[in-house]
Amino acid sequence: MSSITRRRALGVAAGAAGAAAGLAAAGSATAAAPRATAPEAEPAPASFDEVYQGRRIKGGPSHGGDHHGGHHGGGYSVTIDGRELHVMRNADGTWISVINHYEPVATPRALARAAVRELQGAPLVPLTLA
Amino acid sequence: MTVRKNQATLSADEKRRFVNALLELKRSGRYDTFVTTHNAFIMSDTDNGDRVGHRSPSFLPWHRRFLIQFEEALRSVDPAVTLPYWDWTADRTSRSSLWAPDFLGGTGRARDGQVTDGPFARGGNRWTINVRVDGRDYLRRDLGAGGRQLPTRAEVESALAMETYDTAPWNSASDGFRNHLEGWRGVNLHNRVHVWVGGQMGTGASPNDPVFWLHHAFVDKLWADWQARHPRSTYLPAAGTANVVDLGDTMRPWNDVTPADMLDHTRHYTFDTAA
Repeated sequence: MSSITRRRALGVAAGAAGAAAGLAAAGSATAAAPRATAPEAEPAPASFDEVYQGRRIKGGPSHGGDHHGGHHGGGYSVTIDGRELHVMRNADGTWISVINHYEPVATPRALARAAVRELQGAPLVPLTLA
Repeated sequence: MTVRKNQATLSADEKRRFVNALLELKRSGRYDTFVTTHNAFIMSDTDNGDRVGHRSPSFLPWHRRFLIQFEEALRSVDPAVTLPYWDWTADRTSRSSLWAPDFLGGTGRARDGQVTDGPFARGGNRWTINVRVDGRDYLRRDLGAGGRQLPTRAEVESALAMETYDTAPWNSASDGFRNHLEGWRGVNLHNRVHVWVGGQMGTGASPNDPVFWLHHAFVDKLWADWQARHPRSTYLPAAGTANVVDLGDTMRPWNDVTPADMLDHTRHYTFDTAA
């Protein structure tokens, strides 16, 4: 099993779909999508660093480029035991993650805690393919 | 012509053939390419950037095209198979025949959420979760956890009554039929069903659970129902909208299909009820 980057994943996805659609360039177009910005009216959420149900959860302003997983949290990143949780901020200021994608919560801390409960001790892993 | 049926009406033979086609796509690796595609769009569709598969007007035509492609894959295995739909306003408990061992199997066990019965249980060794966001490689569910309820028919009707397809800002904050059906606003239909099932269905890699296809086949039917009820309403936006798929714009990842191409489902399939 190999871990792959989001750009690579999109290439794989485009290639798979492209088998029918005859298209392979979609991946780069998507990977170049601009980073989302937080709604201007929303204040930046507070940083946090705590142990929750035995897991170290941290959140705060992110630094650096758009590496693995990408950042759609408006310059805010969350980790669980040091591994990045892909998060996204909704237009109304609420938050979702790749673990709890369909159920927005109010803050990144609540989002990290919800992910810990859902993980039941399992580690986060980058998007993987067998 | 392909006819999509309510899953509650399938014969034992129809269920068996549908399940066997799923297992064959999984065995060959084709199934997981669909999971990868979906997760890639989930992670890149944003409210203020490019958005195609989710939180945008093209949520419905994108998933219609995605389901047609998946149905074609199933039918390449067994031409008798079509995608069933799950009317979650009617079959709304974990005791539904949908979750029986001869179809999708049931909820997960308390200890780790693992589904332990039916064709997709870990023990059968035919349904390993390969495209995943955490270390667990078995199918998980937590049907109706925390006393959650599936949407009611009355809630569906309230969304179907909306005359406008979608509105600016064309994202998770929009008013209109699409976003009330998708579930970021209002009664919350589609999103709530993902959460009700739980396990992988609550994650970006939700197609890992085969019920994804039956859920989205019903969401797709609700779009057709809405079209029949509002013949003068149409897909919006029409043209010139930044970051959003307009009526005549092509959709990634196919780049050869537009929302306009997807408006008439009867070119591809019909439903077992009058739309």
